[in-house]
Amino acid sequence: MTTTESNDVEAAEVVVDPNAVSVTINGKQFTARKGDLIIKAAENAGAYIPHFCYHDRMSSVGMCRMCLVEVDTGRGPQLMPSCMFPVAPGMVVETESPASKAAQEGIIELLLANHPLDCPVCDKGGECPLQDQSFSHGPGESRYIEEKRHYEKPIAVSELVLLDRERCILCDRCTRFADEVAGDALIQFTSRGNTTQVATFPDEPFSSYFSGNTVQICPVGALTAKPYRFKARPWDLQEAESTCTTCSVGCRTAVQSSRDELLRYQGVDSDPVNWGWLCDKGRFSFEGVKSDDRLTTPLVRTANGHESTSWNSANAGAVRMITDAIAAGGASSVAVLGGARGSNEDAFAWARLAHDVIGTPNVSAQLGDGLPVGVLGMNRATIDQASSAATIILLAPDLKEELPVLYLRLRDAAVKNRSRIIEFAPKATGLTRYAWRTVFYEPGTQADAVSATLAQPEIAAQLAKGEVVIVAGRANLAESSAGTTAALLALSAALPEAKVLPALRRGNVVGAISVGMRRGKGGLDSTGILNAAAAGKIECLILVGADPIADVPDADLARRALAGARRIIAVDTFITDSSRLADVVFPAAAYAEKAGTTTNIEGRVTTLAHKVTVTGTSRPDWMVAAELAQLLGTDLGFGCVDDVTAAIAAAVDGFEEVTAEALEAAANGVLAGVASFDAIATPTVVLGDRNSYNFRLVVSRKLYDQAVGTAHSPSLAKLAAGGAVFVHPLDIARIGSAIGADVKVSTPKATIVLSLAADDSVQRGTAWVPFNQTGAKIGELIDAAAAVTDVRIESL
Amino acid sequence: MSRLTEDNVRVAHEIISRYPRPRSATIPLLHLAQQQDGYVTNDAIRHIGELVGATSAEVLGTATFYEMFKFEPVGKYLVNICRTMSCALMGGEELMHHAEHRLGIKAGSTTPDGMFTLEHAECQAACTEAPTLQVNYRYRFRVTPETFDALIDDLAAGRLDSEIPAHGTVARIRQHIPAERGVGAVPPEDATNAPSWMTVAEAPK
Amino acid sequence: MTGTTYSHAPGFVAGDRPQIVTARFEYEDSYTLERAIATDGYAGLRAALSRSATEVHDEVKAATVLGRGGAGFPAGTKWGLTPAGVWPRYLVVNGDESEPGTYKDRLLMERDPHQLIEGCLIACYAAGLSQCFLYIRGEMALAQERVAAALNEAYAAGYVGRNILGSDFSLDIVLHWGAGAYVVGEETALIESLEGNRGMPRLKPPFFPAAIGLYGKPTIVNNVETMANLPWLMRNGSAAYTAIGSATSPGTRMVAVSGHVKRPGVYEIINGTTTFRDLLYGEEFCGGIRDNNELKAFVPGGGSAPWFLPDQLDLPFEGRLIGAAGSMAGSGAVMVMDDTTDIPNAALTLTRFYAHESCGKCTPCREGGTWLMRILDRVVAGQGTQRDLDQLLEVGGTICPGDFPHASSERLGLAAVPFPYKMTTICFVGPSAYTPVHSALTLFRDEFEAKLVKRTFIPVTAVSVSETEAAL
Repeated sequence: MTTTESNDVEAAEVVVDPNAVSVTINGKQFTARKGDLIIKAAENAGAYIPHFCYHDRMSSVGMCRMCLVEVDTGRGPQLMPSCMFPVAPGMVVETESPASKAAQEGIIELLLANHPLDCPVCDKGGECPLQDQSFSHGPGESRYIEEKRHYEKPIAVSELVLLDRERCILCDRCTRFADEVAGDALIQFTSRGNTTQVATFPDEPFSSYFSGNTVQICPVGALTAKPYRFKARPWDLQEAESTCTTCSVGCRTAVQSSRDELLRYQGVDSDPVNWGWLCDKGRFSFEGVKSDDRLTTPLVRTANGHESTSWNSANAGAVRMITDAIAAGGASSVAVLGGARGSNEDAFAWARLAHDVIGTPNVSAQLGDGLPVGVLGMNRATIDQASSAATIILLAPDLKEELPVLYLRLRDAAVKNRSRIIEFAPKATGLTRYAWRTVFYEPGTQADAVSATLAQPEIAAQLAKGEVVIVAGRANLAESSAGTTAALLALSAALPEAKVLPALRRGNVVGAISVGMRRGKGGLDSTGILNAAAAGKIECLILVGADPIADVPDADLARRALAGARRIIAVDTFITDSSRLADVVFPAAAYAEKAGTTTNIEGRVTTLAHKVTVTGTSRPDWMVAAELAQLLGTDLGFGCVDDVTAAIAAAVDGFEEVTAEALEAAANGVLAGVASFDAIATPTVVLGDRNSYNFRLVVSRKLYDQAVGTAHSPSLAKLAAGGAVFVHPLDIARIGSAIGADVKVSTPKATIVLSLAADDSVQRGTAWVPFNQTGAKIGELIDAAAAVTDVRIESL
Repeated sequence: MSRLTEDNVRVAHEIISRYPRPRSATIPLLHLAQQQDGYVTNDAIRHIGELVGATSAEVLGTATFYEMFKFEPVGKYLVNICRTMSCALMGGEELMHHAEHRLGIKAGSTTPDGMFTLEHAECQAACTEAPTLQVNYRYRFRVTPETFDALIDDLAAGRLDSEIPAHGTVARIRQHIPAERGVGAVPPEDATNAPSWMTVAEAPK
Repeated sequence: MTGTTYSHAPGFVAGDRPQIVTARFEYEDSYTLERAIATDGYAGLRAALSRSATEVHDEVKAATVLGRGGAGFPAGTKWGLTPAGVWPRYLVVNGDESEPGTYKDRLLMERDPHQLIEGCLIACYAAGLSQCFLYIRGEMALAQERVAAALNEAYAAGYVGRNILGSDFSLDIVLHWGAGAYVVGEETALIESLEGNRGMPRLKPPFFPAAIGLYGKPTIVNNVETMANLPWLMRNGSAAYTAIGSATSPGTRMVAVSGHVKRPGVYEIINGTTTFRDLLYGEEFCGGIRDNNELKAFVPGGGSAPWFLPDQLDLPFEGRLIGAAGSMAGSGAVMVMDDTTDIPNAALTLTRFYAHESCGKCTPCREGGTWLMRILDRVVAGQGTQRDLDQLLEVGGTICPGDFPHASSERLGLAAVPFPYKMTTICFVGPSAYTPVHSALTLFRDEFEAKLVKRTFIPVTAVSVSETEAAL
C-alpha cells in the first residue's frame, strides 16, 4: 500500500487573537473564547461535563455541584465547579480524572438520596437529565437506606404548572428563571437546608406568562405542565422543528406529536430570536389545533343555515360569487381581508389570486388595529439590534401582553444595563418598571409628547450615546392610527439614523404584507374596505383567516360591513362570529398541519413544520387560492407548497435570498431584505374638545382573551381575565361608584355596562378596558373614524 | 392577620431610609411585624414586600430561611434550650427532659394556656455557662432543674415582665439616627466618587 | 494569680495579663459613653483622624491584626484588596457569632459597644469605606440593645455621623440584625442576608467581597473582635501591639473554654504563645479538668475544628502550628471532654448542628450532612452496624474528598494530617458536619463499635454441593 502524504508543514502563522484562550482539556490543546466558562469551553471541545443547575441562558449559581472537575491553574489540580469559572490561559482541565469522576458519582448518589426514583410513572422519564446522568455519570447503586423526604404531591403552583417537591433536586433553575428571565419572582425557595423547597406565596400563584419554560428547563420531573401530564412517553414522541405563529416574534419551537396527535411544543434556542423561551400562550396553543370544534368540511349557507358540502361544490359556489361580483360591480367590488394568520405561501397565493386573477386592489392583511404598511419600508431593526441598542424607544403596545418573548429580550437588555428604554405609553406596561424614562401621554397627543421629550437635554444626551431602535405599534385600539403614526414620523424625522422594529402582533402579518396582501394602486385599506362594505359597495368580501367582528376595534363598523357585503367567502379553522355570516366557508389547515414559511417582525423567514394530518378535509389556504384561481381560468402553477416558496423568492422584492436551500442551510432562518413601500403620509390628528368630565379611553389587548385560538385551548381559555373598566384609584371617587360595582360606560354612539376596577397603572383622566374579553363589548364604543374616544362613566 | 400599623409603618420607613437599597430592610421589618403580632402574618409579608419592593414570595423565601421567624402563634414565652456540644456535655439534654416534664409538653409545642413554647436551640454563644437557655432571647445560665422551675414560676406570675417582653420583641432599644447628624444612605450607583477624606487619589485599574 | 470573675459580665474571667479589648470589662457601666470617655474612649479615633487615611491603614498593616472570625486573614491586607478607583465601598462588621463553643463578640458588644464603634470608625476612615453595617446575631437581644443605645449616644455626641469630631470624615453606622441562621456568619452569606435575601453563600472565588460584595460593590467584612482591637492599636501604635504575642500572631485574642473544666470562661490570652496546657490546667485559666478527671479530647477552635487529644496539649494557641497539627485555631473556642464523655454522642451534637444549619445550596452539604446525622443518630441509639461506620466515612469522602486532617496519636500510632481539607461545597458548613464524625471515628472508633447492634447469628455449617448431592 502506498500513500502519498504531504510532509509540508504549513508555516504556522502567528495570529494573536485577543479573544483566544489556550487551555488543555482532557490532554488536548483547545482554543477557547475569552470569558467562556470552563463547562462551555469543555463542551465546545467535545468533553461533556454533567450538570443540573447550569443553564447557559441564565447566570451560574454553582448550586448542584455536579459539574465539579479537576482544574489545574498552576497550583495543582483542584476540584472546581466548572460553571462558575471562566477559562484562563494555560488551564488544565480533567473532566474524567478519577477525582472528577468520584466527585460526580458522589453528587449523583446524594441527589438520588431523597429522589423518589419513580421514573416509570414520571413524565420526564426518558428525557430526564437526572435519569440520563445517573446512568452516564452515577455510581450505579445507592447506599442510602434512610427514609426519604415526603411532601404532598403534586401541588399546583399555577393554573398550568404542577410541582412535585419530592422529585425536586433544588437546582434553582425555575426560581432563577422566574426572577432573572421573566421578572416574575413568584416562586421561591422557602425553608432551609434539608427541608428547602420551592413554593409560591399563599394565594399568589406563579401566574407568569412564561411559566411553561420552567417545566422545560426542570432537570427532573418536579415541574409538569397540565396540558401534557401523562399524555405520552418521550420515546413515543416524534418532533419537527418549526416556528410559533401565535404572535409575530417568530420563536423557534419543536412541535411534538404521538400517533398523529399534537402533544407538546418545546422552545428551541434560536440565538437571534427567542433564546429557547416561549410564552405560555404559544406553548399551549396546540390544544386549539386539535379542538373538536375545528371545521372538517366546507360549508355553504342554505335556507337552514350552514350545511356541509363537498369541496367541488363549495369551490363552484365561491367562483360563482366572485364572477357575479365582478360582473355586478367590477373587480374592485371584491375585497380580501386577512392572510396574517397563515404562512407566507398562503398569503402569496391569495395575493396573486386577488391582485392578478380577480384584479382587485382592495386587499389588506390588517384589521384596523395596525399601522400604515409603510412602516415596513423604514430602516428595519432586528431583535438583536433592538436589545443591544444604547436606547430603545417604545411607541408600542404593552409588549408583555402582545409580543411576550420580545418583552423578555428587551427586559434583558434593560436589566443587564445594555440599553436604556424610553417609553411613550398611555398606561403603564410590563416594561415600565425597567424603563429609564416613561412618558405617559393622553391618547391622541403622542406626537406632542415625543416632541416635548426629544427637546429635553438629558434625553438628547442619552440618544447621542449610540444606536437607537424605535419599537412601533398601536398602544390603543380606541383611537385611529393617526396619533401613533404622527409620533413615529416625528421620531424618525428627529432621529434619521434610528432603526424601527414594527410591533404588529398577528403571526405572519409582516410576511403577508411583504408578499402582497396589501392594497394595490387606488385600493382601500382595511378600514376603507369595511366602510365600503357597510355602504353596500362590496359585492364579495373574502375573509382569509380573518374575523373582523372579533378583531376590528370598531365593532359596529365590522358588523355593518359584514351585513353590507353581498356575499362573504371565509377560509377559517373554526366557525367564528364572522365566518358564521359567510355564504361559503372553506375549512383551513391549521398550524402544524401544513408546511411553509413565516416571517417575523424583523423580516426573518423561518420554516413551518407539517407535523400532523389535517383535520377533516381541511386544506392550506394557498391550496384554496390556487384552486379558485384555476377555476377562474388562471393556473398559478402551484402544485405543492415548495412551488409557492420558490415563486415568492422569484417575485417578491426582498425575498430573493429566501429559497428552500437557504432555509435548509440556515439554522436561524433567512432575513428578508426590506422592500420599498410608499412613504407614510403625515396624518392630521383632529382632536375634539376635551370635556374634562369624560375619560379618554384606552383599549388594549391582554395575552389571554377571547381570540379563537385561545378560546379553543381549554388550558388557556380559563386564564382570560374577563372584562372591566379600569380607572386610576384616585378617579374612583369622581365616578360616584364603588370598586366592583357595575357602571355605565357611554359615548354618544352606545352605552355598555362594565364592572368598575381600580388600577394605578392607568393614568388619571383615562379609562382602560381590555379588548375582546367576555362581558365587555368595548368595541361598541370605538369609532374607527375618530382620532380618540372619550367616554362617560356613571353609576347605574 | 394584619398589616403593619400606621406607627409601625413610620418605623419601617425610618429603617428603610438607612439602607442604600430598600430590600436590605427585609429582615428588620420582619422582626417589626413579629413584634407587632407575636408572629409573622401573611398580610405582614405582603405589606413588607410592598414596602421594600419585593414579591410576597421573595419575602416569604427570606423569612422562612431564618429560624426566629414564626408563621403561626407561639406562646408568650419562647423557651429555647441549647443542645449543642458544650451544653450537651454539661447536661443540656437532661435539662430539656426536665423542662418537658415541668411544662407537660414536648419540645416544639406550646402549653395549652398559650404561655410557653418549648424548643430545642442550637449554640447560643454562652458555652462556658452551660447548660443555657433563652426566654424570648434573654439568657439564663447554668440552669438546674430547680432554677428552671423557679424561672417558670416567675414568668407565669408575671414577676419578670419588666425584664422579658412578650415573644416578638427582641431589642427594646432601637437605633435612631438624628436627621441633623446622619449622613444618609445613597444608592450605590449614585455614590461613585471617593469619600471626601480620602486625600490620595487612586488611579482606576 | 487566679482568674477574676465579675457578676456583671458572666462568663468573662480576667487575669494578670495585657488587656487590649477587655480593659473596660471591670466596670459595671462599661457600656456607657460616660465610662468610655473616662477610660480613653475615642482617643484612638482622635489619633487616627490626626493622621491621613493612608497612614492609619499602614499602621494597621504593620500591626498584622489577624482577623478574629476564624480564617485569620490580616485585616490591613484585606482592606487593601479593594479594586482601585471603585466606589462606594462598604464595611460589614460580622457580629453573627454562632460557631459552637465560641463567644467573645457577644461580650464585646454587650460590655463595650463604644470600643466596637470606635474600631469601625477607624477602619472606615483608613480604608475609605462610606457606610458601615453592624450585623448582630438575631438571638442576642442584650447586645442589640447595648449597641443601639451606644450608637444613639455616639451620634448625639458627634462621634458618628456627619463631620465626625469636626473633621471632613462622615460616616453612618447602621445597626442591622439577623434572625437565626448560623451560615450567615460566612461572609458572602452575610452579605446576601444584609441585602434582604436568604443567607446562602456565594461562590468565591472568582469574586471575593473585597471586589464584589454588598450591592455588587467592594465590601470589607471584618469580625467584631478584629474591630475592637483598633482603638488600642491607634492609641498605642503597632510596635506596642506586635510586642505582645508571637511574631506570626501578635496581640491578644479572646478564647472561650467550655465543657469539662473547673473554671470554664472567656479569657483574653496572649496570642500565639499560650499553650492548651496553660489554658486547661493553668491556675489563672481553667484550673484543670472537673473532678480531677482525665482529659479525653478537646476541640481547639470551635465546632468546625478537628479534635485534639492530650498529645497536643503543649501546642501554643497559634494558627499555623494548630493547622500543621491537623486542626484550626478558628474562632477561639476550646471545648473540653473528660474521660466520662460519650464520644459518639458528643460528635452527634455537632454534626446535628451543622446538618441543621445547612443553607441547602450545595448538594453535598444539604443531602450529605443530614445523611451523616441520620446514621450517627442510629449508631448512638444502638442500632448501627459496622457498615454504618464505614458509610459515615464514605459519605464524608463525598463532602471532603482526599485525606481529611486529624491529630497525631501516640496511642493509635497515627501521624498528623495537616489542615485544610478539600471540599465539594462552597462554604465550610458541609465539611463541618463531617469533621466531628471523622475526628471521633478516627480517634475513638472502639467507642462506636461498642454501641453497634449485637446480633446473634444462627450458625450455618458449610456443606459443599457435591456432599449434598452425595447424600441424596
